[in-house]
Amino acid sequence: MTENNAKDGAYNYAYLDEQTKRMIRRAILKAVAVPGYQVPFGGREMPLPYGWGTGGIQVTAAIIGRDDTLKVIDQGADDTTNAVSIRRFFANVAEVATTTRTEEATVIQTRHRVPETPLGEGQILVFQVPIPEPLRMLEPRETETRTLHALSEYGVMQVSLYESIARHGRISKGYNYPVMVNGRYIMSPSPIPKFDNPKLDRSPALQLYGAGREKRIYAVPPYTPVKSLDFDDHPFEIETWQQCCELCGSKDSFLDEMIVDDDGKRLFVCSDTDYCERRRTPAEAAE
Amino acid sequence: MYVAVKGGETAIAHSLDLLADKRRGDRGVAELTLEQIGQQLGLAVDRVMTEGSCYDRSLAALAIKQARGDLIEAIFLLRAYRTTLPRFGDSLPLDTGAMVAERRISSTFKDVPGGQVLGPTYDYTHRLLDFSLAADGERPAAPTAPADTNRTLPRVGDILEREGMLEPPPQGLQSDGASEDLTRQPLTLPASRPVRLQNLARGDEGFLLALGYSTQRGYGNNHPFVGEIRYGHVPVAFVPEELGFAIEIAEIDVTECEMVNQFAGSHDVPPQFTRGYGLAFGHSERKAMSMALVDRALRAEELSESATSPAQDEEFVLAHSDNVEASGFVQHLKLPHYVDFQSELVVVRALRAEVEARHRQAALDQAAE
Repeated sequence: MTENNAKDGAYNYAYLDEQTKRMIRRAILKAVAVPGYQVPFGGREMPLPYGWGTGGIQVTAAIIGRDDTLKVIDQGADDTTNAVSIRRFFANVAEVATTTRTEEATVIQTRHRVPETPLGEGQILVFQVPIPEPLRMLEPRETETRTLHALSEYGVMQVSLYESIARHGRISKGYNYPVMVNGRYIMSPSPIPKFDNPKLDRSPALQLYGAGREKRIYAVPPYTPVKSLDFDDHPFEIETWQQCCELCGSKDSFLDEMIVDDDGKRLFVCSDTDYCERRRTPAEAAE
Repeated sequence: MYVAVKGGETAIAHSLDLLADKRRGDRGVAELTLEQIGQQLGLAVDRVMTEGSCYDRSLAALAIKQARGDLIEAIFLLRAYRTTLPRFGDSLPLDTGAMVAERRISSTFKDVPGGQVLGPTYDYTHRLLDFSLAADGERPAAPTAPADTNRTLPRVGDILEREGMLEPPPQGLQSDGASEDLTRQPLTLPASRPVRLQNLARGDEGFLLALGYSTQRGYGNNHPFVGEIRYGHVPVAFVPEELGFAIEIAEIDVTECEMVNQFAGSHDVPPQFTRGYGLAFGHSERKAMSMALVDRALRAEELSESATSPAQDEEFVLAHSDNVEASGFVQHLKLPHYVDFQSELVVVRALRAEVEARHRQAALDQAAE
């Protein structure tokens, strides 16, 4: 798409036509009313490929307005190629202000991370979801999993976590760690690291989850309890590192690991680029 | 080193420039025109229109040019354009019985009313590379008779049906007015037959071909015969609300395939032939035939057959037929997954440390004994 398509009126504001936006907003309202429930919606073909954030993009397109400030991250970073591509798309079709600063954004579209900076009321976090169904890898049939959700029949999930403990001595799930929302629906938090799961619990921000290829939207309204599944004798725990961030020295952020030379020397840095840069800036200013 | 993951914006801009350059190729070679693609790569255009669910030859040609001949990419381009178009209503169902056929064959009867018409087909070509095409050589135009627009071609299926040998068209094939649209509503299962047919019509030709083939090799065999294949022009009629009567708005080329399949009968129904249906834009026989085989396979439950093979599994077939979805999701693995991978590294390292510690302890215990 060329950069002036939106401005010359070739496409509607925020790409989607108003009918479609209305349909998506209705799905979002339903999702907010039933936290954790996957609402089917008439997902559209987007000009970006399925699996590259089309669900998140449709949700963002349906809620965004000219007054909004948008932040887009992928793997926690504002400058990864797909985040750049999506941000450019909205800057083009929605003429919206963009930012990398977490607290300045009204809408944050994310893939695989929740920002380290705590979110506040009025902010909306839009997740890109590849496989919305938390039971999918245990039961491939949609017709079956919908029934299991309807009946709150979550035995298969408990058994799979138990099997992991029996085999490995712990729940060996690092990302896309299943959560129970509002004591009713088991939900996929999307492939965020389990490190981020506690940030979902009773968050003051609205969480919207969009799965474009699978045509599902679900939501966690502000201040909703979100519990990571565990057992009394095997409580949920998050990743920890012996290292701290090489750039900002943070000891309590999620770290990305990089291989920096042929001998396999490792470097650990914050995955959240905004968080990391901001921690470094005041230090630099003080010098 | 950290800089390597930054600078995405500039990298993308350069990548787009490189891509445009690759697409154009050697500037010394004349650029392809859309007319050339439409005229000389017509079957590629047909496939892109079919799976792109949009009948527009010039847009499909443009998509093929832009995609450098990658047809799945071209289908994606056309779909992404189609989704932005306003909809002003549903056409009346096509009457393929009124087709002005360029080709029409039946493999169930030696002769049928209207006759067997071979038309343009690769079926009887010898697959020898024609080196005269490599040189510039104009061929003389093929002799043709003027199309007989008054000739009607009764459907072979209808003739069999009158005799009671073939079931009437299955439920949902006739328009009930309130049509479901797979491009506007999410797929829900079990799906109605119109939705199934929509899905198959948009489905990847290769996927349907393999599934149809699998039924012939015994994975859900339903003993198919080509009742009829026809390819030609059909008018599209539409009833504008303000007029209240049908007007012709277009003429399109379609390929239709009706399979006639064996059916053993059941307790209440005497043995009777059943139908599988395929329809594609343009001249797309392989697609229409594959679609008809899979359509029939998916009717297993309705016909009280045991559904044990992949081609008979509605959820499996409908959820995986779309090549735009499949291509996107397979290729999304190219996107960064550092964070998920880091989580896995942390978990696997911890598990390995535990096992190593156990081994060390066991070795110590053994040494102590």
